[in-house]
Amino acid sequence: MPPQLKAKIGLPKFRIEKRPPPPLLTRVKWYVLSVVISLIIGAILILSAGVNPAIAYYHLFSGALGGKLALTETLWRFTPLLLTGTAVAVAFTCKFWNIGAEGQMLAGATLAAYFGVTFVGLPSWVLIPLVTVAGFLAGAAWAAIPAILRAKFGADDVVTTLLGNWIMLYFVGALVEGPWRDPYSLWPESPAIASAARFPTLIPGYRIHIGLIIAVLISLLFLLIMRRSIWGYQLKAVGANPRAAGFAGINVGRVLITAAILSGGIAGIAGVNELCGTHFHLKGIAMGAVGELSWGYGYAGVFIAMLGGLHPLGVMLAAFFMAIMINGSQAMYRATGVYSPFWRVMQGVIMICLLIGIFMINYRVRRVRE
Amino acid sequence: MGLGETVKEMPIVVMKGITKRFPGVVANDNIDLEIRKGEIHALLGENGAGKTTLMNILYGLYTPDAGEIYVRGKRVTIRSPRDAVDLKIGMIHQHFVLVPPFTVTQNIILGMKFPRGILNLEEAEKKVAEISQKYGIKVDPHAQIWQLSVGEQQRVEILKALFRGAEILILDEPTAVLTPQETKELFKTLRSLAKAGCAIIFISHKLDEVMEISDRVTVLRNGKVVATKKTSATNKRELAKLMVGREVVFRLRKARAKIGRPALQVEDLHALSDRGLPALKGVSFSVHEGEILGIAGVSGNGQRELAEVIAGVRKATSGKVLIFGQDVTNRSPKEIIDLGVGRIPEDRLQMGLITDLTVAENLVSEVHEKFSDKFFFLPAGIFLDHAQINNYAEKLISEYKIVTPSRDALTKTLSGGNLQKLILARVLAQNPKILIASQPTRGLDVGATEYIRRKLLEQKKKGAAILLISEDLGEILMLSDRIAVIYEGKIMGILPAAKAKIEELGLMMAGTPLSKIRGGRK
Amino acid sequence: MIGEVITATFIISFLAATLRMAVPLLFGTIGEAFAERSGILNLGIEGMMLMGASVAFTTTFYTGSLWLGVGVAALVGILLGLLMAFLTVTMGAQQHVSGLGVFFLGMGLSFYLYRIFVGELGGVPPTVTPFRPIYIPLLGDIPVLGPILFQQYVLVYIALLLVPIAAFIFDRTTLGLQITAVGQNPKAADTAGINVFRIRYLCLMVAGALSAIGGAWFSIAQSSMFLPLMTAGRGWVCIALVVFGNWMPYRILIGALLFGGIDALQTSLQAVGVAFPYRILQMLPYIFTIIVLVAVARRATYPAALLKPYRREE
Ligand SMILES: Nc1ncnc2c1ncn2[C@@H]1O[C@H](COP(=O)(O)OP(=O)(O)OP(=O)(O)O)[C@@H](O)[C@H]1O
Ligand SMILES: [Mg+2]
Repeated sequence: MPPQLKAKIGLPKFRIEKRPPPPLLTRVKWYVLSVVISLIIGAILILSAGVNPAIAYYHLFSGALGGKLALTETLWRFTPLLLTGTAVAVAFTCKFWNIGAEGQMLAGATLAAYFGVTFVGLPSWVLIPLVTVAGFLAGAAWAAIPAILRAKFGADDVVTTLLGNWIMLYFVGALVEGPWRDPYSLWPESPAIASAARFPTLIPGYRIHIGLIIAVLISLLFLLIMRRSIWGYQLKAVGANPRAAGFAGINVGRVLITAAILSGGIAGIAGVNELCGTHFHLKGIAMGAVGELSWGYGYAGVFIAMLGGLHPLGVMLAAFFMAIMINGSQAMYRATGVYSPFWRVMQGVIMICLLIGIFMINYRVRRVRE
Repeated sequence: MGLGETVKEMPIVVMKGITKRFPGVVANDNIDLEIRKGEIHALLGENGAGKTTLMNILYGLYTPDAGEIYVRGKRVTIRSPRDAVDLKIGMIHQHFVLVPPFTVTQNIILGMKFPRGILNLEEAEKKVAEISQKYGIKVDPHAQIWQLSVGEQQRVEILKALFRGAEILILDEPTAVLTPQETKELFKTLRSLAKAGCAIIFISHKLDEVMEISDRVTVLRNGKVVATKKTSATNKRELAKLMVGREVVFRLRKARAKIGRPALQVEDLHALSDRGLPALKGVSFSVHEGEILGIAGVSGNGQRELAEVIAGVRKATSGKVLIFGQDVTNRSPKEIIDLGVGRIPEDRLQMGLITDLTVAENLVSEVHEKFSDKFFFLPAGIFLDHAQINNYAEKLISEYKIVTPSRDALTKTLSGGNLQKLILARVLAQNPKILIASQPTRGLDVGATEYIRRKLLEQKKKGAAILLISEDLGEILMLSDRIAVIYEGKIMGILPAAKAKIEELGLMMAGTPLSKIRGGRK
Repeated sequence: MIGEVITATFIISFLAATLRMAVPLLFGTIGEAFAERSGILNLGIEGMMLMGASVAFTTTFYTGSLWLGVGVAALVGILLGLLMAFLTVTMGAQQHVSGLGVFFLGMGLSFYLYRIFVGELGGVPPTVTPFRPIYIPLLGDIPVLGPILFQQYVLVYIALLLVPIAAFIFDRTTLGLQITAVGQNPKAADTAGINVFRIRYLCLMVAGALSAIGGAWFSIAQSSMFLPLMTAGRGWVCIALVVFGNWMPYRILIGALLFGGIDALQTSLQAVGVAFPYRILQMLPYIFTIIVLVAVARRATYPAALLKPYRREE
């Protein structure tokens, strides 16, 4: 026996075997388990900040869900997250890797701000649809560029959509620090949009506004499209196997570009939502790196889409979970001092645990004995 | 002499009780196999019988679930190809495993050790040249793999094994990609290797070849060994029966149909391969209604590109494709489908089917837009009518006997034969006037093969024009009315099947135009 | 007269800055070349860079040793590389998604660890004494070339040295041949007796270490502090540059210098106070990267097995 063979005997060895798609319940079990394990890892992170995880988690969840104020605040955060999550899910379904929802949000907010500031005289029922459509179009246009670059030139969409974020970020920075700057403001920001352009609140005294309804309607529309429409079928087909889809007569390039337009448009509406529902001014650059207005929601959209399994209802759940994490992180910070970027770490932790969970759904790992 | 006999009788490889399961199949079921030094041992079995699996186990690519392996009398555990190489086992895979952008030399020395890990390609080239001289296997050590013909690539694979000092050589269906002449050449090499003391395992499902080359033969069926025989003590008929498990009828009746007007015409077609090299260099032919035109040839000579250009998924650089006289060159796949062209692609999993969608969804993939209905106040053309799709799918599943748990099962859970039936059902349900069938029976078992062939003949009888592209010369001869041979992107000649001779076809497959063969004889 | 002097010093400082700006890109892109040549798209690179920046700063902040900072950054990079390898090689998970997961993790953790060990974000951030350029005697005195080439940071020289080393490994060693084979056709490599998994793990560890060192550059050489997202998308630029460089180190060098040049132009113009909105200048490198990517995308010869997991029994 060659020496290499001898040396290898005795080491434990595992074998990975593909298994047939398991029932829904098993899948859900692994999804839930992934999230639970992530929360345990999160607990270790909290512990390393010198805080009792049980107390921290209590504050996190009660801060996000306990009481009317907390709940409405969470729903208020849920709104843009649902929109960006849906936006990314549409794109990812056909494997258009749109990591550019952040930039598309800013694009949408920018054009919406232009209309919102300029058309002061218009009534709400004209102005709100106007800025929403404007935001959709701007976001769509900004997403269409990388899609066209990919379809026509084969340029990698991950890179182009992502770099688009930075370009748009500096563009917005240039605007609000330069020509659009509100001379009466201390901060670099545009003048306030017309009050007719502001999204009416749903409950007096709380921050949730009609953006929530818009977001949920868009999400349901996405559900309908995926379940019933011809285009939804084509989107799925192109995502699963573009070559076979093309062979079967589906116009792959067109599906891709339409998906980009829808995806970017929805992200654009998320930008409008932030502008008209929360900030009312187009804002500049925060921390030198993200838009003060988009605040990393575009990136979070990628996470939400993945966590939601690209399924409309899953995305809705995931967005809500993310809203809890973000809002709760701040309550946790106020109560225990565990730092609020906690939720940003958790995005990565959950995503990685989820990948492992998905692996366990599709494969069986067996110990091999000699 | 007597001593020589004993050496020849000594088993060099013994596999005992090998079992290997894959999800849903037992690929190897308690298999015993004994290979002797200096013998050519044929492994015979139908598609899916488990031949490749067994050899992959011997080569360390698969781990068996049970069983023992002895090499040169010692019990061994082969965990990886590295271990197999150390045991002087070499394998030439069914689908070659070469690195296309590498040169012949780089491929041959891949994974070998060099002093201090620094490559010395010049020295390696010399060694490669030496060894190729020694065994009389000709290759250019500088050539890059993608420039070589399939036959040449196979020689590289054999050299690769010999370079590592292989004494046990496994060849998995080596003749599938060769012309009859190249096969003869290969057999000569194998015989001389066996004489030099190599043990050779030769996998095939072609009876003639097994009878010609092997000393002994082991027949596999459904993952089990059904017999091991001395080749001289058996015959084709017996082997066929062992292999299939029943008496085999080798003939299918070729139905005659009325030949109509030309349906598909291809004129001086040129196209590029994926690598951007000319793959079609002026192909012309026509197929008439009620006729099957077979395109024979060794794989990789432009068949794939030809089918893809006609199907609309590859651009022609020049030339024309006409459908009933209408120029459809470089039209989109959808336009071609709508003109009544049915397409059975050679690559079922990558091209033919979207395996992550359900069976029903795949059955309508080419025509899904027709299953649309009004939806509340919205007009037809936006939403799908699932009830109608489901009915249609149910009908096709039962009509074409597709074995699937349900119409909503994911397509990737189906077996190979049923995948092909699914494609066939999708295509034939549209009653195409023209049918492009690429390798329609490749990798299928006897039952499925017969079924598909029968369906093709039926369709022809209905008046369809069929272009049959196949590497299986037997299939071409069995089904076609006329045969065209393609070589390096050119048609070497077209002749009626009734008048075709195997030798002539072989010469054409190796690049001699029909005019020369016939001209030379005059 | 004065105008001319300004032009000359401007050009010298611009070229010197070009080299400096190219440093993190060289580290990142050469690392990415290792990963992609073996068949793995390492989209986690931005997260690895951020982690490098964060831990290098923290280590230096506590120990005062810059090189220890670089070392710890490399170590953390290797760990992230191992994580990426576990996801994509062992589990065969989709590489895009795995990379994004590692990106998110690195991005979040770089903030979080910084806050645990150093303190609040915002306000005036604490600083360390960063790397200083060294002065090479005699050579440093050569006019024009001296200030550009021989009064640079040690990390600049290391980055430049990486190019021939990587080229040598890829072209002249058995390891390089094996890496390329694994990225072109893992099954061929496996049957030739190469351990595909080991090679891919190794390459991702190299990729992690190099990109994290590239990230460290931002916090302990180019500046003296850590800021969230301070790498500003340079990791993604590396992914474009490796395509531009066709996975070949010398071409990658050209790409890194081009990009570094545009970046330097932007900062140099700001420094001399050119009346042009500097936010627009800041956009230039990103626009340039996209243009470059579009120009080369069709001609690029991607490793054939990129994005494809390898498993024997499938
Ligand atoms: N990696 C795999 N995963 C799952 N099933 C497999 C795998 N490899 C082989 N099988 C199954 O095992 C059975 C035996 O396959 P194998 O490839 O050994 O047959 P074969 O005799 O070589 O056939 P062929 O003549 O088509 O090459 C088949 O049913 C096949 O589908
Ligand atoms: Mg086989």
